[in-house]
Amino acid sequence: MPAVQETVDRVRRIDVDQYRYGFETIIETEKAPKGLSEDTVRFISEKKGEPAWMLEWRLEAYRRWLTMTEPTWARVDYPKIDYQDLYYYAAPKPKKTLTSIDEIDPEILKTYEKLGIPLREVEMLEGVVRPEGERRVAVDAVFDSVSVATTFKEELRKAGVIFMPISEAIREHPELVKKYLGTVVPTSDNYFATLNSAVFSDGSFVYVPEGVRCPMELSTYFRINERNTGQFERTLIIADKGAYVSYLEGCTAPQRDENQLHAAVVELVALDDAEIKYSTVQNWYPGDAEGKGGIYNFVTKRGDCRGRNSKISWTQVETGSAITWKYPSCILRGDNSRGEFYSIAISNGYQQVDSGTKMLHLGKNTSSRIISKGIAAGRSQNTYRGLVSAHRKAQGARNFTACDSLLIGDKCGAHTVPYIEAKNSSAIFEHEATTSKISEDMLFYCIQRGLSQEEAVALVVNGFVKDVLQQLPMEFAVEAQKLISISLEGSVG
Amino acid sequence: MDAVVKTSGTERALADQFAAALPRLPGGKAVAAMRTRALENFACDGLPHRRIEDWKYTDLRALMREVLPPAAAPDKAALDRAAKALERHGLEGVRRLVLVDGVFVPALSDVAALEGGLTIRSLASVLADETVHELLLSDDAGAGPMFALNSALMADGLVIDILKDASPARPLHIVHVASGSAPASAYTRSLVRIGANVSATLVESFFAADGAQNYQVNDATMIAVGDGARLDHVRLMEDGREAFNIATLKSVLGRDAAYKIFNLTAGGAVSRYQGVVRFDGQGSRLETYGVNLLNETQHGDTTLVVDHAVPHCASREVFRAVIDDRARSVFQGRIIVRPDAQKTDGKMETRALLLSDEAEVDNKPELEIFADDVTCGHGATAGALDESLLFYLRARGLPEKDAQALLIQAFVGEAIEQIADDRLREAATNAAIRWLEARAS
Repeated sequence: MPAVQETVDRVRRIDVDQYRYGFETIIETEKAPKGLSEDTVRFISEKKGEPAWMLEWRLEAYRRWLTMTEPTWARVDYPKIDYQDLYYYAAPKPKKTLTSIDEIDPEILKTYEKLGIPLREVEMLEGVVRPEGERRVAVDAVFDSVSVATTFKEELRKAGVIFMPISEAIREHPELVKKYLGTVVPTSDNYFATLNSAVFSDGSFVYVPEGVRCPMELSTYFRINERNTGQFERTLIIADKGAYVSYLEGCTAPQRDENQLHAAVVELVALDDAEIKYSTVQNWYPGDAEGKGGIYNFVTKRGDCRGRNSKISWTQVETGSAITWKYPSCILRGDNSRGEFYSIAISNGYQQVDSGTKMLHLGKNTSSRIISKGIAAGRSQNTYRGLVSAHRKAQGARNFTACDSLLIGDKCGAHTVPYIEAKNSSAIFEHEATTSKISEDMLFYCIQRGLSQEEAVALVVNGFVKDVLQQLPMEFAVEAQKLISISLEGSVG
Repeated sequence: MDAVVKTSGTERALADQFAAALPRLPGGKAVAAMRTRALENFACDGLPHRRIEDWKYTDLRALMREVLPPAAAPDKAALDRAAKALERHGLEGVRRLVLVDGVFVPALSDVAALEGGLTIRSLASVLADETVHELLLSDDAGAGPMFALNSALMADGLVIDILKDASPARPLHIVHVASGSAPASAYTRSLVRIGANVSATLVESFFAADGAQNYQVNDATMIAVGDGARLDHVRLMEDGREAFNIATLKSVLGRDAAYKIFNLTAGGAVSRYQGVVRFDGQGSRLETYGVNLLNETQHGDTTLVVDHAVPHCASREVFRAVIDDRARSVFQGRIIVRPDAQKTDGKMETRALLLSDEAEVDNKPELEIFADDVTCGHGATAGALDESLLFYLRARGLPEKDAQALLIQAFVGEAIEQIADDRLREAATNAAIRWLEARAS
């Protein structure tokens, strides 16, 4: 069916090559020399004023990385990355020492304003017209390799919550960092995680002390700006006994013809009775309509339910990146612990997504739930790859998995690769997966009731992803819903 | 990671065995060249191990300490032992074709009065012929190292042709009996070509005669189902508890064909049944049913690839595993829908019953889909016997083992019931009952 003019216009605005966040911020930056060597690692460590143990930790990872080979098992296809042709550190040049948010380079502030990320807490606090009950979000903004601002620090400090750039945490809370860093994702875990361990420059650090319920949502906003620069951030979140924290993550990058590398590591630790909710809306630049450019997103995310009755929940909306290689996982170590994974992965254009989760049941009566919705359109490839395993001692382990894929157009591919391993008889695993296109019956039903074809498709797709959208915090749900509609429109009709 | 693999003792021993066997193996120059190529393909990777994705759960390098030398032709004593075993395991009303230690034995087989349009020859005689069918000559580098090894060392098997419209009156029953007095490997390959509009039944059995020594089976079955033809394929694997059974199935379906496979794995120390079924013509339907009954330290792997290369085909896979003691069952299923294979309808369902806390099940049901107008799905479950059902039966006076046996029989019955032929269904049921009885005693 030919699309109506209005839709055509709307779609043009939002097609992959009309990426909204593709602008570049012109500011002066300070970079490490191009390429990767022990000197680069030392340079980054020195820039960050790190203690000797941290440098040693990085160097060990770097030496390990030299002996490793890039993994090839994922269903993604990309030209070989030249690791010597990248900048591993880029920071906006500081004009002077910052004492308040007003002294941040106005260009950067403007960037975040354009992205819709408020960094001026004053305005937010004094904004009279704030609707009743609206929740506030503390933001840590990471611009290329460094954190440029963290809001609501004072208020969080009163609650005992530590929320700061990890580079600061290494200096100010070395005992906490030392105790937890690398305990969930060891330095030698995989090729990209090891690379990250050697060269990570910033990221967020969160520590919620015993019994504290974090008073607001925490959020980090990542922005890659500089050309030929890899972004390697490291996030470490610790919820001590009985603590609760909800953390949001968002990412964008300018539009460029060459591919850029993003290799992040996220570690979550939940102690007894603690809960961590981690939500991501990933919207890195996906490349243009011909598949040129875009971010290579190789991310290692893992949560450790270390304590009894702990819970970790991952929610992700993946719409960006040329290549996504990402498997947020849960190690269910504590008895009665619970892991959840809710995912919407949308691919269009020439995007390639290979994403999923791992649920490793080690403790007794552990349970997990996986809801994955993949939508493939254009010429994209969208793969769900997941592992559910119950250890011999994981009595009463329980898993439910549902992964559904929707195909829009006949040039794309949707794949499901689940691994289900049960090593004791009291484990109960259920797994179901379906792949189909939007049902003609459903479309007919909607159209017959007066909806246009496009509206009908939007309605069906929204229903398809509803289970996951409901898991997102309010602030993100709206953005995510918008993203989904723009990522998909133009693929039907 | 896969690239650098040290040649272990096993691979060296195999190369030596091949060099020694080559002059004795059937076939002319073309066949010998293919065998050499195949061994080179095998040598690239050597015995498959867990770092090779397809063999992730069946690490032959760890499981198979040695590869036994190729079997010698059966002697009189071996044939006598095989004849006795056939009395016990034989089926009524079938055309029996017997391979003893991998060698076709016409004396034990029923090759008299063949129906018109049916020809049955031994693989050895066909390979010796100048005009060998290309299906037999393919060393197929992509089919994995164990199939390559079969290509290199295949010694005998059956070549069965059924002409168009010439449906045979009786099921064809290929029997693999192990009967050797020395530990040995049997490399067999059979080719079955079913003409258009034929309706046929093929049965394969694997078992050992009393007094047979330790053995390893490496079998391949190549099947071509013609347009509008129907093939029921039943396979019963009850090899000895020491035995290895690595079997490859490669089937191609024509237009509007119907192909039904039933496989029962109840024997063998380590077994793998790996199949690739490809749709070559539109409007065809495939149904596969599998049952694994495993206990003690048995390892049973079923790996099945259904390749929807053309539009308008349907496939159904139903798999049941019952795992006791320290046994391990593996199911890897993959449905591929090629670009333009629209209107594909593929379903895969796998369920496992774990009877012991040391049992293990590994499921990997994959979907690989490149066309949009399709309906594909899979379901996988793993768990123990339902406590409330057990309680119900025990409350009615059944001892625990009997109550379990009844529930297990019902569980695997869902697959066994799908066998169309009454006698074959009974044979499969009996095999399951034998396993349950052995477990109860």
